[in-house]
Amino acid sequence: MSGRTLYDKIYDAHLVSATEGEGALLYIDLHLVHEVTSPQAFDGIRLNHRTVRRPDRTLATADHNVPTDPLDVPVADPVSRRQLEALEENCAEFGITLFPRGHENQGIVHVIGPELGVSQPGMTIVCGDSHTSTHGAFGALAFGIGTSEVEHVLATQTLPQSRARTMAVTVEGELPEGLSAKDVVLAIVGRLGTGGGAGYVIEYRGSVIESLSMEGRMTVCNMSIEAGARAGLVAPDETTFEYLRGRAGVPSGEEFERLVDHWRDLRSDSDAAFDAEIVMDASDLVPYMTWGTNPAHVAPVHGVVPSPESFPDPDERATAQRALEYMGLSAGTALTEVPVDVVFIGSCTNSRIEDLRVAARVAERGRVAPGVRALVVPGSHRVKTQAEAEGLDVIFRDAGFEWREPGCSMCLGMNPDQLTPGQRSASTSIATSRAARGGGGVRTSSLRPSPPPRRWSGTSQHRVTWRWGHEGRSHRRGPRRSPRPQ
Amino acid sequence: MKAVHIVEGRAVPLGRSDVDTDQIIPSEWLKRVERTGFGRGLFSEWRDDPEFILNQADYQGATILVAGPRFGTGSSREHAVWALMDYGFEAVVAPSFGDIFRNNSSKQGLVTVQLAAEDVTHLENLLREDPRRAVVVDVARGTLEVPELGWTRSFHLDPAIRERLLNGWDDIGMTLRRGAEIDDFEASRAHFTLAGLFDGDGHVRTQERS
Ligand code: SF4
Repeated sequence: MSGRTLYDKIYDAHLVSATEGEGALLYIDLHLVHEVTSPQAFDGIRLNHRTVRRPDRTLATADHNVPTDPLDVPVADPVSRRQLEALEENCAEFGITLFPRGHENQGIVHVIGPELGVSQPGMTIVCGDSHTSTHGAFGALAFGIGTSEVEHVLATQTLPQSRARTMAVTVEGELPEGLSAKDVVLAIVGRLGTGGGAGYVIEYRGSVIESLSMEGRMTVCNMSIEAGARAGLVAPDETTFEYLRGRAGVPSGEEFERLVDHWRDLRSDSDAAFDAEIVMDASDLVPYMTWGTNPAHVAPVHGVVPSPESFPDPDERATAQRALEYMGLSAGTALTEVPVDVVFIGSCTNSRIEDLRVAARVAERGRVAPGVRALVVPGSHRVKTQAEAEGLDVIFRDAGFEWREPGCSMCLGMNPDQLTPGQRSASTSIATSRAARGGGGVRTSSLRPSPPPRRWSGTSQHRVTWRWGHEGRSHRRGPRRSPRPQ
Repeated sequence: MKAVHIVEGRAVPLGRSDVDTDQIIPSEWLKRVERTGFGRGLFSEWRDDPEFILNQADYQGATILVAGPRFGTGSSREHAVWALMDYGFEAVVAPSFGDIFRNNSSKQGLVTVQLAAEDVTHLENLLREDPRRAVVVDVARGTLEVPELGWTRSFHLDPAIRERLLNGWDDIGMTLRRGAEIDDFEASRAHFTLAGLFDGDGHVRTQERS
């Protein structure tokens, strides 16, 4: 019998009974809840006179539509306010721990799980947000669910879930200096296409993945679903254990070491067979950014907007053509010369302390160009507090950035942080669909580069060019001041 | 969810094809936090028109909707099913349905009756002739009948879906029937829990967890 993949091991360990196929019921260790996809699930629980089975495996935070204004500014939008109130009422009624707006533990759901240490190897984690795959960075099986599934998990702590297919994405070679996890994952998504991962759970492996920090692995896993995958994960290793050590959600001392011993077994057997395998060499990767309306619309940062004619597939060609019209771009324009109106640094893809440090190193070498609005939205209160302790907020403010309260913000634009029609933004968030950005006939445009490069060795300095604003000025960046604390 | 054996009553010939979920319930309705009350938003772009068929006196209190091909395509919003059911519909008849819509319907107890296009057209004509004609959908037998005329057609229902409808099992109900299995599973191994991690205000407790 051949070995099992990491996914299979986690899946098998959570099968409520041996029933396979249609009747397979998967036990859920941790259910993360936020204000937008949960109210009707709670209402359904009430309507059917049911209750929440395991409030002690359920954790709620306000993130998707909270304003990022100072905390004394009331929530203006009545729908957002109602959703936030409903979350508070529901959590109080069913005994669920909630971090409301302004709470010290509040933040984007995929940022707070890891930083509190409650996202752990070998777990099953779900949340009513598609980017739940982020937590796969810890070697957990983590995926997004819809509202009726949220209700199902609340009531039963399980989900009907048949076995997914498995794909190994191995990234070998030496990641060039100055390239980041996001460049890696954009390259993977570009290779697979937006539907190429459909039906699969991807395991990322290889020397490049192993060399990434936890934040970098989270960025990679976060974007798994951009390739259509159900989830993405990375086998836990010393980097994982060191990240978790000392965090609130894990025990200390010997008990932690016992857990680590158990976690060490969480890896695919050497003879495990995957349903699909892809091997990539990172050595010749270049920094990428997206230029269009889906995450497979990527091009090298120093390249040009491609011509739709370069897409062999007629459907893709038509999509690319529409994307260019939508973005107001023409083929052949240098990507670094595209003017932007708004710069957004945030979202669960890139709003952790490590991301903000890198962005601050860039910010301290220039100023936001006149006429450009630039926002930094930390992923959580803890990230914000840490950044302020390091003085990053001052660097951003001095450079002309707004320093905001945590939340999802412009990633989905359910809060007041929105583009106006015709505006174009450069953002570190996920490249979402045009529907998500410009629904209802509003023709917003967004240009989404990967964040500034974040990996470099020791003390060596090197140039990065990172341009923003109409002037397209470039900036030099020096070595990082502090190592990794948090 | 409620068990459904027979859906009986008046039927509304909508007479439109390609009615997608956004036409069933426009997106501004998605901002609600409740599961109920969506009936008021059903077909809301057409409801202001006094000529619109749902506004006509003869069709008030109808329980069956008859529509053209590709009903319920488009976005996967479950709200479309909530809206139809909240309005009072218990069954929808059409030549074809959006896959996700059909799936969502089966999970909430809305019966989807797929008939040949000419049968749907014929049924719509019968209903326009006389809006008060009763129509009967029999889930167990898989038939749709206009008893007054003895006009009967069979339709296919997935056996698993039929069983769920007849027993009133929604997904959660089906799983809750396996409660003992879940209990056993929970008892069989130590799982992570959040118990004791946070105090009543959500602050991390400082003392070591037991
Ligand atoms: S930042 Fe965006 S992707 Fe992440 S949780 Fe919020 S809405 Fe979802």
